[in-house]
Amino acid sequence: MIRAEHIVKSFDGRVVLNDISATFRTGTTNLIIGQSGSGKTVLLKSLVGLHRIDSGAIYYDDICFSQLGFRELKAIRREVGMLFQGGALLDSSNVEENVRLPLDLFTSQSAEEKRERVHFCLKRVNLENVDHLYPAELSGGMIKRVAIARAIVLNPKYLFCDEPNSGLDPMTSVVIDNLIKEITEEYNITTIINTHDMNSVLEIGEHVLFIYKGQKWWEGTKHDILHTDNRELNDFVFASTMAKRAKACSQIHLDEP
Amino acid sequence: MKNNLFDLAGRYFILMGKVLSKPEKRSIYGRRILAEIASLGLNSIGIVAIISVFMGAVITIQMALNLESPFIPKYLIGYAARESMLLEFSSTVVALILAGKVGSNIASEIGTMRITEQIDALEIMGVNSASYLILPKIVATVLFFPFLTILSMGIGVAGGYVVCVLTGIVNPEAYIVGVQSDFKPFYITYSLIKSSTFAFIITSISGFYGYYANGNSLEVGRASTQAVVVSSIVILIFNLILTQVLLT
Ligand SMILES: Nc1ncnc2c1ncn2[C@@H]1O[C@H](COP(=O)(O)OP(=O)(O)OP(=O)(O)O)[C@@H](O)[C@H]1O
Ligand SMILES: [Mg+2]
Repeated sequence: MIRAEHIVKSFDGRVVLNDISATFRTGTTNLIIGQSGSGKTVLLKSLVGLHRIDSGAIYYDDICFSQLGFRELKAIRREVGMLFQGGALLDSSNVEENVRLPLDLFTSQSAEEKRERVHFCLKRVNLENVDHLYPAELSGGMIKRVAIARAIVLNPKYLFCDEPNSGLDPMTSVVIDNLIKEITEEYNITTIINTHDMNSVLEIGEHVLFIYKGQKWWEGTKHDILHTDNRELNDFVFASTMAKRAKACSQIHLDEP
Repeated sequence: MKNNLFDLAGRYFILMGKVLSKPEKRSIYGRRILAEIASLGLNSIGIVAIISVFMGAVITIQMALNLESPFIPKYLIGYAARESMLLEFSSTVVALILAGKVGSNIASEIGTMRITEQIDALEIMGVNSASYLILPKIVATVLFFPFLTILSMGIGVAGGYVVCVLTGIVNPEAYIVGVQSDFKPFYITYSLIKSSTFAFIITSISGFYGYYANGNSLEVGRASTQAVVVSSIVILIFNLILTQVLLT
C-alpha cells in the first residue's frame, strides 16, 4: 500500500500539486488520470522521490518515505519498478543489457539464470529476437515495452507506470494493460499508472484518481466513472466525439464488452 | 538555483562525495572501466599522436631558428625540444586538447542521459547514478592519460628528428645527442603526475556539468561548452600550482 497525505509540490512558486491525499492499495491497479499538464507525472515522480515535495507525507506500507535517509531510500528503491514516460532506456546498452541491468546490480544469479529471466520478461511484453538491438534502433512502442520488461525484471513490490501505452497501437495497448493488471494480481504489487487513455481506464481502472489542475478532483472505479455528474471529469471522459455519441445513445453500455 | 562560484563548488564537492563513495558491485565497475578506457583513452591516441608529431617538428624548427649562433652548440636544440615536450607540451597542452575532446564527450553523454531521464531510471533502481556513471570514467582517464603523455613525448621527440632529417636544419646526430643529454627522470614523473591530475579535473568537471544539465538539448550543448571552458581554466591553474610545488 502507498499512502499520500496532503502532498504539495511547486516549481519556482508555481503550485503544480495542491494538497493531494490518496491511498493506493496493494494488488489492485490504481490509475491516475487527467489532462496533459495536469500534474500526473509530477505526482508519480513525487511518490517515488524523484521530486522533493514541499509538504505532506508519503508512506510505503508503514514506512514514511519522505523521511528516509540515503541508505534506506536505496534499499526501498530496489523494490520499486518504474516505467518512465519516455522509456529512459540506457542508450549505450542493447535491449538485453538494459533489461538485465537490475539483475546484474542486485542479484548473484548465474549468467544463464539472468538470460532466462530477461527472456521471460521480454516475452511477457511480446518482444522476441530484439536482444541485440540498441534503443536507437527500436520504435517508440518497442522502447516502452522494453522499459516495462526492465521495470518488472526484479519482481518489484511497487510498480509505477507513466503512460505505459501512449504511442502503442490499440491491440498492444490492451496487451500491456492486461499484463500490468495480471502481474499486479499475481505478485500482489502496489501498482500506480498514469494515463489519459480512456480505454485503459475502462479496461483496468479498479481505482481511478482524476487530477484536475493539480488537485484531486474525483476518485472512484471504472464503473462509477461513466455515471458521474462531475463536470470536469465528464468533459475529460467524454472528450471524444465517439464517446459523446455513445453516451447519447444510452442503450450502449460502455462498461460492458 | 544560484550559479555563483561557491554554490557551484559546493555542488561539485557534494557530487564528488557521491561519486567516490563505495561502489555497489565491483565486477560491474571493472567492466565499465575497461569500456571507458577504450572509448575515452584508446580513441584519443590518434589525435594525441598527430598533434605531438607536428608540435615536436615545429618546436625543433623554432628552436633551430632562435638558437642560430656560433656560440651555441647545435645539440642544445634537441635538448630544448625534448624539455619543452616533457615539461609542458605532453602534459598540459595535450590535456587542454583532451579537455575539448573528452570533456565535451562526457558532458554531452551524461547531460543527454539526464534530460532523457536515464539517470532518474538508474536512481529508481537504487543505483548510485553519480558513481555508476562518473567513477569508471575518472578511473579510466586517470590511469590512461599518463600513457597518452608518454606516447606524446616519444612521438614529439621523433617529430623533431624527422624534421632534422628532412630539412637538415639541424644535424640529426646532434639532435639525438641533445635529446639524450642531461636527462632528468623526475621531469617524467612530474609530467605524469600532472597528466593524471588533469585527467581527474577534465572528467570530474565534465561529469559535473553533464550530471546537472537540465532542460533540453540546448542546455546539454551549453553544459558541454561550459565543461570544456571550466576544465581548461582549472587545468591552467593546477599547472601553475603543481609546477610551483613540484619543480621549485
Ligand atoms: N521540472 C519541472 N520544472 C518546472 N515545472 C515543471 C517541471 N515538471 C513539470 N512541470 C510543470 O508541472 C505541470 C504538470 O506537468 P506534468 O508533467 O506532471 O503533466 P502531465 O499530467 O504528466 O502531462 P502529460 O499527460 O502531458 O504527460 C506542467 O505545467 C509543467 O509545466
Ligand atoms: Mg506526464
